[in-house]
Amino acid sequence: MSATCHDTQDHVELKPEFVAHADELISHYPVSKRSASLPLLHFWQETHGYISNQAVEWIAGKLGLNPIQILELVTFYPMFRQHPAGKFQIKVCRTLSCQLGGAYELREHFMKKLGITKVDEHGLGISADGKFSVEFVECLASCGTAPVIMVNDDFYEGVSHTQADELLQKYN
Amino acid sequence: MPAPAEYRLVFKHIDEPGYTNDIECYLRHGGYEQLKKAFTMKGPDIVNEVKASGLRGRGGAGFACGVKWGFIDPTKNTKPVYLICNADESEPGTFKDRQIIHKDPHQLIEGMVIACYANNVHLSYIYIRGEFPLGAKILEKAIAEAKAKNFLGKNILGSGYDLEIYVHRGAGAYICGEETGLIESLEGKRPYPRIKPPYFPAVLGLYMCPTIVNNVETLCDVKHIIAMGGANYAKIGKPNNTGTRLIGVSGDVAKPGYYEFEVGSLTLGQLINDVCGGIKNGRKLQAVIPGGSSSKVLRAGEKYKIKEKQADGSMIDKEIGLEDIPMDFDTMAAVGSMSGSGGVIVIDDSRDIVSCLANLSEFYAHESCGQCTPCREGSLWMKKITRRLADGHGRLEDVALLKSVADNIAGRTICAMGEACSWPVQSFVAKFKNEFEAKGRAGKGPAVAATNGH
Ligand SMILES: Cc1cc2nc3c(=O)[nH]c(=O)nc-3n(C[C@H](O)[C@H](O)[C@H](O)COP(=O)(O)O)c2cc1C
Ligand code: SF4
Ligand code: FES
Repeated sequence: MSATCHDTQDHVELKPEFVAHADELISHYPVSKRSASLPLLHFWQETHGYISNQAVEWIAGKLGLNPIQILELVTFYPMFRQHPAGKFQIKVCRTLSCQLGGAYELREHFMKKLGITKVDEHGLGISADGKFSVEFVECLASCGTAPVIMVNDDFYEGVSHTQADELLQKYN
Repeated sequence: MPAPAEYRLVFKHIDEPGYTNDIECYLRHGGYEQLKKAFTMKGPDIVNEVKASGLRGRGGAGFACGVKWGFIDPTKNTKPVYLICNADESEPGTFKDRQIIHKDPHQLIEGMVIACYANNVHLSYIYIRGEFPLGAKILEKAIAEAKAKNFLGKNILGSGYDLEIYVHRGAGAYICGEETGLIESLEGKRPYPRIKPPYFPAVLGLYMCPTIVNNVETLCDVKHIIAMGGANYAKIGKPNNTGTRLIGVSGDVAKPGYYEFEVGSLTLGQLINDVCGGIKNGRKLQAVIPGGSSSKVLRAGEKYKIKEKQADGSMIDKEIGLEDIPMDFDTMAAVGSMSGSGGVIVIDDSRDIVSCLANLSEFYAHESCGQCTPCREGSLWMKKITRRLADGHGRLEDVALLKSVADNIAGRTICAMGEACSWPVQSFVAKFKNEFEAKGRAGKGPAVAATNGH
């Protein structure tokens, strides 16, 4: 687990709507503001793509925490990223029912089609143009329609290689 | 014998043509009528109905819901009581809660409001796994709709009772499904499970206050218990195994899918052969994981000794095969496994069983939170050993080594993940010893296999 943040993005200016929505999220936790850590991390990542140093510090400041109390969440929870991933993030479920349904072959297919040969320490591979990233994730609770994948927030079930090719066209 | 018909209670409207997840549709189908009925009752009376129903938790452990609620006496404690709906649904093989969340969210909200009212809860959260972004949006919309109609919020339906429910998203960690890990996560921390005692949720839960954690399906059942009364609900299913159960079948069957049956009304064989159309492509059954990936595997052809209660109350010993096992909590336990989360994974005889275990071991190694050495190191070694065996780099001694690692985890950890990760290994290795040893013997030596992109 890396203990540092890698800032590859310029400092972002936060829009008033962003701050207002963050305050709304905090209001869901009348007993303890700290509970809003995950919601704010999600909201930041959805808006800005990944969790930067600035994100860690801003969220910590907002919730009256030390930055390490936010950073330790980023390094633990698999969904948070410290680097940008692809514009379209393909997550292929690799767990047993999906493996039986051809998940490993499906991931290979995506990697080949996108010309991805290298993956990082979390198994994430990004296409050269930065448009797509491919990674394995664990059971997505749709095991009866294996293999299943997510592309950003969208879910696809029983994905054949032909459908995989169509999805690469669709997200463009 | 052909399988009995499905008994759709919680799934009544799931996939019904024309049924949508908005509140107007729900109201047209009698929605929120049970909430109105519940408000004519006193909280403790509702708790008693749930006790009488015999409802057992549907999240995995099968703990009696009424008993769990009974641990909390709102008249005696001065702290607020919280209720959390566990919508983390991340036990591999389980895919039922997602159907409710997406297709009938108001059923869950109605069940939750009743459960909260019964236990004098005024603040409640739905903890939904991070990979359900659409599910979270659907629930938020349902909550807003319910609030607009005053089924939620201040002075609900003029009863003087207030309740807020918020949706809280996880972020990709399986251990957030364990209830004390979930609570830590909801407090904004790493989801490190808490040690019990003293941190039983009913005593020291969310914000160190008494807390009820219930699965999505359990909370939906509460609505139906109010509708028919606890005693009538208890007539569905079998004694000590009451009600209906959502079952998801995946893997090598012709018709995988989600179904709802009276608990214990059908056998594993009926489920696989009649309901799910048998094993795919004319192959034969090799193994079944009957209750989510953590449950112990059952091998085709095995025989089990169980006790069966006769009509006159006497017990007889009986030997049954895998296909004869009735799908209920107690029999699944009696044959050495568990009905767990209701996820059935079927494996046919063309599959390399060692690879199947390697897949699951990789899951547990990835998901251990790392607090306890036996679970953190043990799950990692089980992954490495099963992987090298599966990939042809193992040795014969690996089989005994694997077993000894697995045998030294359970009972030595903070949470039940210790059991969850070792049960598959122990049962696969014990029941498929020849297959594991053959892999070890054919192995090319002790090279540790490279990781496979994960
Ligand atoms: C490792 C682990 C993972 C779990 N995952 C889930 C889950 O995803 N969903 C769930 O409802 N319960 C899960 N549980 C069970 C919960 O701890 C808890 O028992 C359950 O939510 C209680 O609800 P119930 O009584 O209604 O079943 C898990 C338990 C363990 C040990
Ligand atoms: S048993 Fe495993 S998952 Fe549970 S607390 Fe210990 S290390 Fe964490
Ligand atoms: S194993 Fe892939 S969705 Fe469950």
